[in-house]
Amino acid sequence: MVNIKINGVEYSVKEGTTILEACRENGIRIPTLCWLKDINAIGACRICVVEMTGARSLVASCVYPLSKFDEGKNILTHSPAVLESRKMTLQLLLSNHNMDCLACSRSGNCELQQLCKELGVDDTTYFEGAKNEYEIDYSSKHMYRDNNKCISCRRCIAACDKLQGIGVIGANNRGFATSIACAFDMDLAETACVSCGQCIVACPTGALSEKDDTDKVWQALADPEKVVVVQTAPAVRASLGEAFGYPMGTPVEGKMVAALRRLGFDAVFDTNFGADLTIMEESNEFIDRVQNGGVLPMITSCSPGWIRFCEAYFPEFIPNLSSCKSPQQMNGAITKTYWAQKKGIDPKNIVSVSVMPCTAKKFEIGRDDESAAGIPDVDIAITTRELVKMINRAGLRFAELPDDKADSPLAKGTGAAVIFGATGGVMEAALRTAVWKLTGENADSPIEFSDVRGTEGIKMAEYNVGGLTVKVAVVSGLANAKKLLNQVKNGEVECHFIEIMACPGGCVNGGGQVIQPADVRNFTDIRAERAKALYSLDEANTLRKSHESPDVKEVYAEFLGEPGSHKAHEILHTSYKASNLSK
Amino acid sequence: MGSKEKISVPFNGTAEQEKALREMINAHKGQQGALMPVLQQAQEIYGYLPIEVQSIIAEEMDIPLEKVYGVATFYSQFSLYPKGKYKISVCLGTACYVKGSGDIFNKLCEKLGISDGKCTQDGVFSLDACRCIGACGLAPVMTINDDVYGKLTVDQIDGILAKYAE
Repeated sequence: MVNIKINGVEYSVKEGTTILEACRENGIRIPTLCWLKDINAIGACRICVVEMTGARSLVASCVYPLSKFDEGKNILTHSPAVLESRKMTLQLLLSNHNMDCLACSRSGNCELQQLCKELGVDDTTYFEGAKNEYEIDYSSKHMYRDNNKCISCRRCIAACDKLQGIGVIGANNRGFATSIACAFDMDLAETACVSCGQCIVACPTGALSEKDDTDKVWQALADPEKVVVVQTAPAVRASLGEAFGYPMGTPVEGKMVAALRRLGFDAVFDTNFGADLTIMEESNEFIDRVQNGGVLPMITSCSPGWIRFCEAYFPEFIPNLSSCKSPQQMNGAITKTYWAQKKGIDPKNIVSVSVMPCTAKKFEIGRDDESAAGIPDVDIAITTRELVKMINRAGLRFAELPDDKADSPLAKGTGAAVIFGATGGVMEAALRTAVWKLTGENADSPIEFSDVRGTEGIKMAEYNVGGLTVKVAVVSGLANAKKLLNQVKNGEVECHFIEIMACPGGCVNGGGQVIQPADVRNFTDIRAERAKALYSLDEANTLRKSHESPDVKEVYAEFLGEPGSHKAHEILHTSYKASNLSK
Repeated sequence: MGSKEKISVPFNGTAEQEKALREMINAHKGQQGALMPVLQQAQEIYGYLPIEVQSIIAEEMDIPLEKVYGVATFYSQFSLYPKGKYKISVCLGTACYVKGSGDIFNKLCEKLGISDGKCTQDGVFSLDACRCIGACGLAPVMTINDDVYGKLTVDQIDGILAKYAE
């Protein structure tokens, strides 16, 4: 332990604790811009500076670990020198910032804006001088980069490189000319960016944003010729509430459905239905591969960020990918085939909208071989954040809405479906149905597979299923996927079934979710908190295995036949191809 | 997106150069912090570091191309553009600058149609701004390969360039 003083008050803290953490543990929040716990401790932005006895100059508290040499020192966290320095740093950042706050996607949720307010920046043009001007990179389908708002904190770079093992963005050039961009200033769309959006949720400002597709939705809703349907992914209900003042991890399914109905959608579906359907097809595919010598390990295909990663970085694993479309695409495909037929609607008049925790879904809807009715399965994919914008724009007072239920037959999800939003959830859902099938379709077959739960990056488990040993692996975060796939390639790890989700912790922590500032990210495990919402919904559901879903049963009985049938293949399965984008 | 200027001089790397590059990278395999020496030696082999060369380095060293590019653009010793048959350096050190070398430099940019660090499309001239070359008494100074030109004025530029243009 080290005995120190913070603003004259004595504390005893564990050796190795940074000044910033020591202060936080004792009720003092030190502001930061560049610091992201575990992935970006570079002491670059100088916002977190403090005064310390004996130090020649102000100290960056995020990268200063306290040791026995600091015994008895006094740390000042809000002395005039500290506050003046922080304010000046902000003013210097503003001198090369376009300050387009009123029209900025992050206005009201921008860490730079918040700090300016907090630290009393009363003159935004104090340091007037040269300003860099950048073209905005709109090349990608899912996002855009506006470097005129970038503060070079490098949080996006850390997310891309350290969390995802990709690194298609970095710092180019030097000094005032430094810009965060791609190699040879290529457009982002020319690179092997997988569209996961982890850079967007890491960005403190409006430099990185998803492409806003809400205007397309408003237009469709206003068109009397169109039947506009919407589906919401499992993870959306775990994060949406955060934007309306609910504590993190509060499930808001009922109010979300009510809000969608009030926005004017003609039918409100639930991607949980698509998730249950995915399990029917995927568990069937897995059993078929095991029994008939198919390619193993089989790897899940729900996460479009992971699919892009596989196609660019590990094309040799393409035969291992499940041919199942993602739940979003399955929902969309059934909407424009079965549901359209049943309702007597021309699928061309349907506008199928999805609300996703994910930016890669914007890319997925435009993929080849994702159009069961000859037209795209899903027309517009918006993120959780875009739904928040729509709800606010429509003036809906979210917390005051009644709880509502989605419309069958594309609605009733089981507990197995809702946990798709958390790492390990797809595997657990698949195991619930696969084990049931392989052990004689006994209704008492096990429900909970706790070994695959939790936020750890790589999880392994082994199950004995009807005399068959099934080894499974669950991975989230593409840097972890890279690690595991290399081990599988080298024969160091042997397994039969792998679940991969691109985002760390799974979709609950997706790149399209409500953005939490670094201050929250650094001290709360967002992945675990939001996952709790999903597991509580699973537990509360009377149906917890996908094959028990009445909606799924109905669709197979009336339309698809059996899982893996010819028709199911035509409508619910897809294909992949290697890409050679710049890595 | 700094300068979106595309590199206009076509890449003319030979099979021998590529072989030398790959052998050199191989010799650094598994070595920590090898990117800097690899880039330095690659530049010795090719004279500059075009995308073709950086892509081989990235792939062989199993690091993202952006990381290679980030380092290559951070240090001024690395060049993304080839040098011309005649390499023009204009001193922008304090003495030369005060004596008007900035105008000389701008005139050259305008005349050759290239900016700092670049090479003309025909590969004849390349232009670099440099720091003090120790000939302050002759300010403003520029060099073309080994020839030194001192006490320059802007209107001398056309005549000097004409001596080199075939």
